[in-house]
Amino acid sequence: MGKNTTVAVPKKKVNWKIYLKRYWQLYALIALPLIYLFIFRYMPMKNILIAFKEYKLNMKLGDMPWASNHGMKYFIKAFQTPDFIKALRNTLMLNLLDLIAGFPAPIIFALILNELCFKRFKKVVQTIAYMPHFLSWVIIYSLSLQLFAPNGGFISELIKASGHEAIPFLGEAKHWVATYVGMGVWQNFGWGSIIYLAAIAGINTELYEAASVDGAGRFKKMWHITLPGIKPTIVVLLIMNLGGIIGGGFERPFAMANPAVMNVAEVIATFVYKVGIKGLKFSLTTAVGLFQSVVGLFFLLTANWISRKLGERGIW
Amino acid sequence: MEFGRKEGENMKVKSNRAKFGDWMFVLLCVFVAAICLIPMLNLLAKSLSSTNYLIRHEVYIWPKGFNLDAYMKVLADPKYLKAFAWTAFLTVICTIISLTMTALCAYPLIFPGLKGKGIINVMITITMFFNAGTIPNYLLMQQLHLLDNPLVLIIPSCLSIYNMIIMRSFFYGIPDSLRESAEIDGASFFTILLKIYVPLSKPVFASLALFYAVGRWNGYGDALMYIKNKDLYPLQLLIYNILNNINSVEVATQEGFNTPGLSESLKSATVMFSTVPILLIYPWLQKYFIAGVTMGAVKE
Repeated sequence: MGKNTTVAVPKKKVNWKIYLKRYWQLYALIALPLIYLFIFRYMPMKNILIAFKEYKLNMKLGDMPWASNHGMKYFIKAFQTPDFIKALRNTLMLNLLDLIAGFPAPIIFALILNELCFKRFKKVVQTIAYMPHFLSWVIIYSLSLQLFAPNGGFISELIKASGHEAIPFLGEAKHWVATYVGMGVWQNFGWGSIIYLAAIAGINTELYEAASVDGAGRFKKMWHITLPGIKPTIVVLLIMNLGGIIGGGFERPFAMANPAVMNVAEVIATFVYKVGIKGLKFSLTTAVGLFQSVVGLFFLLTANWISRKLGERGIW
Repeated sequence: MEFGRKEGENMKVKSNRAKFGDWMFVLLCVFVAAICLIPMLNLLAKSLSSTNYLIRHEVYIWPKGFNLDAYMKVLADPKYLKAFAWTAFLTVICTIISLTMTALCAYPLIFPGLKGKGIINVMITITMFFNAGTIPNYLLMQQLHLLDNPLVLIIPSCLSIYNMIIMRSFFYGIPDSLRESAEIDGASFFTILLKIYVPLSKPVFASLALFYAVGRWNGYGDALMYIKNKDLYPLQLLIYNILNNINSVEVATQEGFNTPGLSESLKSATVMFSTVPILLIYPWLQKYFIAGVTMGAVKE
């Protein structure tokens, strides 16, 4: 036994030497990205502790006193803050409406594109439909002003010219929500269709030929071949979207909001910016952010788990 | 005979119906394309129209009283031009750095024999699903003395894991035999990356360059949070402030922005001008970014 181990140890050492001599360059190459990830993705994680502590400007993180209620003070406080409850409600509401209106749109558009038999025309339509994805939210906000401003907005003027009363697209809560969701669909339906078009391209064409022989029409083929063919893609994207139902970026709601509709436009991301970075309430907003991350992760894992239970492939 | 004729008739009816259906889909697509284009055309028309028509709200998708005054005013504004040039510079730098970082991260991970690959992959995946959050990130920037530092617009966003996965999938598609024969010839791993993988991966580099460049050109959230010095504002943040009449921007055209009619053409021209670079570039890269998006969705 003893002899075996003494033989094994040097053998392993030699292996490592040969191995590193061969592979050190790969480690040197990946070192920079790993250092980046460590500094900018992992180091901020220790700042999460602020959610459980009393933030003091001139103190080191370790010296800050723990918050009361076993460190849960700021989580409790968040749920006693009406503005946060409102932001949470708005986040869920806007994301849910985005999902309902925005999820089917690219699928429908991909199905429509798939029916086009003029190749060049199809390509032109695609190029045009991808355009909104390349616009920033500031630009899309300005477009929505140009379209929906009560005076001089393209749509508003058309409505007025046809003898109807102007609709307060941007100034009234319900209409603003519709505009927000609508501009979101406008921005994403073309881009979102790329993935479905790729999935459709992967469907065996023999299925269509066989269906034609059996006398299936355009819509029958769409329903019985194309849609089942892209179902896995739909499920995976639906999981990712459901996982993001409490998340959401900052730039879109921040750009699209205006003071008249803050009641529905304030979401968690903009709340954290205003109360945290502008209002310097770091402990409260870190707690809010952590709550959002953890619940978001929970949603994603649950959605993935359900999809696997239903026999679909998950995202991992 | 009878039977044959009937069959022929059926065929004819069917093909006619199919043709009609085809045209319906064409019409539908024209409608969709119009919805995409009309907001931009409206903006373009307003930027090119004269103040008189704009005050009377008579401009729709065709300019009235065509003139280039608004563009002249924007081009004569040093603040705006400076922000434009600064953002263009940032975009180029960010794209180059990000592409390098992405390649450096993706390339070693395609080697099956790399020890520690599992740990590295887990480390990378965690960052995709869990972010520390706005405030912890903000405090890190503070701790690293990156607040109000131009580097904060470059470094923290210089590697996207989604883009790294796209590049890695592309690298996986390059035959191992190419790499192995180069290894036998004595080429180092770094040489193989530079001489084999990079030249063969032009499509994925084109696609990711577009993603990174558009991200930087359009982004303003990081600048809003981390930058106070107005000289460092990227274009989109400047435009946001102009659109919302935040007077602290102090652009030379500020007066014009407060004049009815003129303000509309000026704002439109400002927005148009900042969008044109992207609108000119993306159609040429369509083939590449479609491949990029599709590859990102491929599960390993």
